[in-house]
Amino acid sequence: MGFLASIGRGTISIFATIGYITAFAAISLSHCVRPPFYPRLILHQIIEIGYYSLPVVGLTAIFTGAVLALQSFSGFGFAGEATIANVVVWGITRELGPVLAGLMVAGRIGAAMAAEIGTMRVTEQIDALTTLSTNPYKYLIAPRLIAAIATLPLLVLIADVIGVLGGFLVSIYDFGFNPTTYLKSTWDSIDAPGFISGLVKAAVFGFVVALMGTYHGYHSKGGAQGVGQATTNAVVSASILLLLFNFIITAMFFAT
Amino acid sequence: MSSLGDTPKIVIRELHKAFGENRVLRGIDLDLPAGKSLAVIGGSGTGKSVLIKSIIGLLEPNSGSIRVDGDETVGMSPDRRERITRKFGMLFQGAALFDSLPVWENVAFGLTQARNMVRSDARDAALDAMNIVGLDDDIADRAPAELSGGMQKRVGLARAIATRPEILFFDEPTTGLDPIMGSVIDNLILKSVHELGATALTITHDMASARRIADNVALIHQGRIVWHGPVGDIDHSGNDMVDQFINGRSIGPIQLQGAT
Ligand SMILES: Nc1ncnc2c1ncn2[C@@H]1O[C@H](COP(=O)(O)OP(=O)(O)OP(=O)(O)O)[C@@H](O)[C@H]1O
Ligand SMILES: [Mg+2]
Repeated sequence: MGFLASIGRGTISIFATIGYITAFAAISLSHCVRPPFYPRLILHQIIEIGYYSLPVVGLTAIFTGAVLALQSFSGFGFAGEATIANVVVWGITRELGPVLAGLMVAGRIGAAMAAEIGTMRVTEQIDALTTLSTNPYKYLIAPRLIAAIATLPLLVLIADVIGVLGGFLVSIYDFGFNPTTYLKSTWDSIDAPGFISGLVKAAVFGFVVALMGTYHGYHSKGGAQGVGQATTNAVVSASILLLLFNFIITAMFFAT
Repeated sequence: MSSLGDTPKIVIRELHKAFGENRVLRGIDLDLPAGKSLAVIGGSGTGKSVLIKSIIGLLEPNSGSIRVDGDETVGMSPDRRERITRKFGMLFQGAALFDSLPVWENVAFGLTQARNMVRSDARDAALDAMNIVGLDDDIADRAPAELSGGMQKRVGLARAIATRPEILFFDEPTTGLDPIMGSVIDNLILKSVHELGATALTITHDMASARRIADNVALIHQGRIVWHGPVGDIDHSGNDMVDQFINGRSIGPIQLQGAT
């Protein structure tokens, strides 16, 4: 009985949490599309999310592209320019670009959002916003969601280019491929559905990361320890949800 | 409407608020007469901050009624609530300054955000409010984290009065200030009430300050208002709890948690 009861409680609390997050997302999105908007805050977040994530995202992308080329060369044995370029382009634009950029941003931005908003919660700054007739959803949550949804596709676009460059460098300097042929193969490998699915993923991942960061920060309680807990929860839940949505979007685009 | 002074600005009836098993407010009845200053005193953890937060809508009461200028605010829709919130100014117990903004933007926040004042005008208004609470212009561009606790408190106070609200809530305004600055703040509260015609509710542990600023005093104990009267009556209230509190005795009807 005790065992069944605890399963029941666990199930109920999972559904309750999903409900809370859905409600939070609905309220936040409704504030994203209704004035007043805060362009200065949105711009600030875009710089925070996009510009300052460039180094980590770029580094991850270049090594991943390079490693893709190495693996497929040793794996296929007989592979030439066309095969390697194809593997690199598909791997990067469809999966690894968006997923790795998303995970990096989850670690950087999801954590930072949860910590900042969480600190504002436990030091009553969010209450102070309300008393100054400013809606915290509009002022704190909406700018972060808008900025993340808008910025991640750009970041992934850059990651795509740098990742493909990583594969290119290995192919030219390691395998001695002809650069012109390799670039032509790369260009031919780019397919619209794969490329677009990668950017759609990026926008969704941006939403997921910002939502988890703001949700856990907004509901943190209990001082510094609570903020630390919120930060951890934000990164872990964002990472898991991101991989789940990656699967769902891939299935929607390519499963027939 | 009717004459100023005797119409209550805020009327609280049978207000209950619990956090799980912890029943904090257990039937508060309290009036705030318009243009008067009320001091709420009571032991630590008796729910004074919870009472203020319930009035301004940061906490949803479990039951009871809070009417502001006759409008029932318990269960009010967020849109209508915003109109009421504009009447309030609040100093939080921990100041609650926005640490991402410089001091002057903190003070001007209610003017720039909710009232769309241009930034240069808002800066002037912020500097005025800062001067009133004894802060120099040269800290205007500093970050709140660089200020001492007492200065942060005064910035919080300047932020609360900058929008010239009709009703002011001060949660322990003089705690953490030296006695001289404490009396400056007391005078400021008096000035807000007498010159600006504001209604004030101040939580305090400082009886000297309460005597200076208050027209009326209310003592809260175990979730209820156990005594409420004009400040002149507190020395002969005939209430044992009031006597114990104003004389700071540990023996008496009030048993604080942790005290033996
Ligand atoms: N958000 C909250 N969640 C749960 N419990 C709370 C919350 N806010 C306050 N409480 C509880 O309500 C009770 C009263 O708290 P409150 O802060 O109102 O005390 P207070 O009278 O202001 O004390 P002090 O003079 O020390 O500031 C405490 O037991 C506190 O633990
Ligand atoms: Mg308190």
